[in-house]
Amino acid sequence: MAILVIAEHDNAALKAATLNAVTAAGKLGGDVHMLVAGASVGAVSQAAAKVAGVAKVLVADAPQYEAQTPENLAVLVKGLASGYSHIVAPATTAGKNLTPRVAGLLDVAQVSDVVAVEAPDTFVRPIYAGNALATVKNADAIKVLTVRTTAFDAAGEGGSAVIEPVAAGADLGLVRLIGREVTKSARPELGAAKVIVSGGRGLGSGENFSKVLEPLADKLGAAIGASRAAVDAGFVPNDYQVGQTGKIVAPQIYFAIGLSGAIQHLAGMKDSKVIVAINKDADAPIFQVADYGLVADLFTAVPELVAALG
Amino acid sequence: MKILVPIKRVVDYNVNVRVKADGSGVDLANVKMSMNPFDEIAVEEAVRLKEAGIATEVVVVSAGVGAAQETLRTAMAIGADRGILVETDADLQPLAVAKLLKAIVDKEAPKLVIAGKQAIDDDANQTGQVLAALLGWAQATFISKLVPGTDEITVTREIDGGLEKLAVKLPAVVTVDLRLNEPRYATLPNIMKAKKKPLETMKPADLGVDAAPRLTTLRVVEPPKRSAGIIVADVGQLVDKLKNVAKVI
Repeated sequence: MAILVIAEHDNAALKAATLNAVTAAGKLGGDVHMLVAGASVGAVSQAAAKVAGVAKVLVADAPQYEAQTPENLAVLVKGLASGYSHIVAPATTAGKNLTPRVAGLLDVAQVSDVVAVEAPDTFVRPIYAGNALATVKNADAIKVLTVRTTAFDAAGEGGSAVIEPVAAGADLGLVRLIGREVTKSARPELGAAKVIVSGGRGLGSGENFSKVLEPLADKLGAAIGASRAAVDAGFVPNDYQVGQTGKIVAPQIYFAIGLSGAIQHLAGMKDSKVIVAINKDADAPIFQVADYGLVADLFTAVPELVAALG
Repeated sequence: MKILVPIKRVVDYNVNVRVKADGSGVDLANVKMSMNPFDEIAVEEAVRLKEAGIATEVVVVSAGVGAAQETLRTAMAIGADRGILVETDADLQPLAVAKLLKAIVDKEAPKLVIAGKQAIDDDANQTGQVLAALLGWAQATFISKLVPGTDEITVTREIDGGLEKLAVKLPAVVTVDLRLNEPRYATLPNIMKAKKKPLETMKPADLGVDAAPRLTTLRVVEPPKRSAGIIVADVGQLVDKLKNVAKVI
């Protein structure tokens, strides 16, 4: 049986998280197919066909899929599901929104946020904010999974999949997209960044947040993240949040600056290769997970660090 | 309109859970239990809609052990009108919970279900979406704003990359994110009043729902521990370590 990966895209380009999902799908044993559902998705379909390991790309090109709302998409996926042993999506906000609805329509269980595949029916997933890892066996005929992108490498290029159109389903008309406010940034995406500079409540204001952290991020080519406290205080937009319910990241190096390290935050970043913490409170829990801790006032230490990096 | 809010009793968010030595799960003996924080936000939102004269009744539902009655009482102390407990000691997974909730929705006929986006114990982030699927209703997950209307609501969703605004036809299921509101603290008079509010108890079988689990947990282990790091004296030493020991910059 084949495995269906649901491509995440914005009708113009394939999102990087899809590539991690393809790698996870490759561990399930079977041909990997990808579904590209959207409007005017020719370029996305072409890109999908070039992903290494993908044998076939199914394309549902119709106006009702432009906004990627899950009501219409779930019905489409359900219609295709009988030919598949697994349905896989990245555990992004889009994946998390869609796949449980698919599982519900199919009357099967979903396994969320898979970090390892032990067997085609057995998966490892974090629970309790990553403080425990559960190995679960799924007895359902069609296994619906979301996969944690940081746990699987991105699939490369070099594929030459067949592109096959599939019939679009009806427009249920339950939801209408009014608009999206997407944060524009020249920096790398948080989920895919090699270096992340993250700030917390210790920055004190949105102005300080950018004044202190941006020079460091610029110097390192880093993405910028934040703790929940910094987002709640309005220093930065919601999509900066790293943690149990925000973004899960695992960069080569994670700078935690002026953030205490609540367990919910640690859940989102403790798989980083190297963690550096800068905080003036020597008792902050972040120092318990940091490889290198610097007990110092961030307002002097961070500019010094920027200068020292040359 | 009537609003239904599903709530879950979970390990308190401040508790650092421990994995049982036999690998069968996490140790829940003598651990503080609370309402799932996202569900608290959901209850608060429903109560605010009632206070604004938009909701006519707020019904809270929980599925699980008998002690979940306390969690329902907490929700009623925040301002929910009545509670329903679907009582079972069995392991309940999201699909089963969604089926139980569907059965309750069929009986209660709410126009809006407001749920937490995920429970902080199993971190599954599924129940609201599965319920919407079973009902064939519109869904809006991870909302940070809700503007009510007669036939539709307008919501703002927190998505990767920013925010999304949707018009959602009623009836609908929404799941709430952290920044929708700040739940109030229940006052003592309201806690006392909540004790007198109606709380109905039933079993999954009374609803005709097969709540059997589909997933079997084979084992639960602790994640690999990070080895203890070092405290550096100054920025110079930090840069030296990063360049020459960790070799990451």
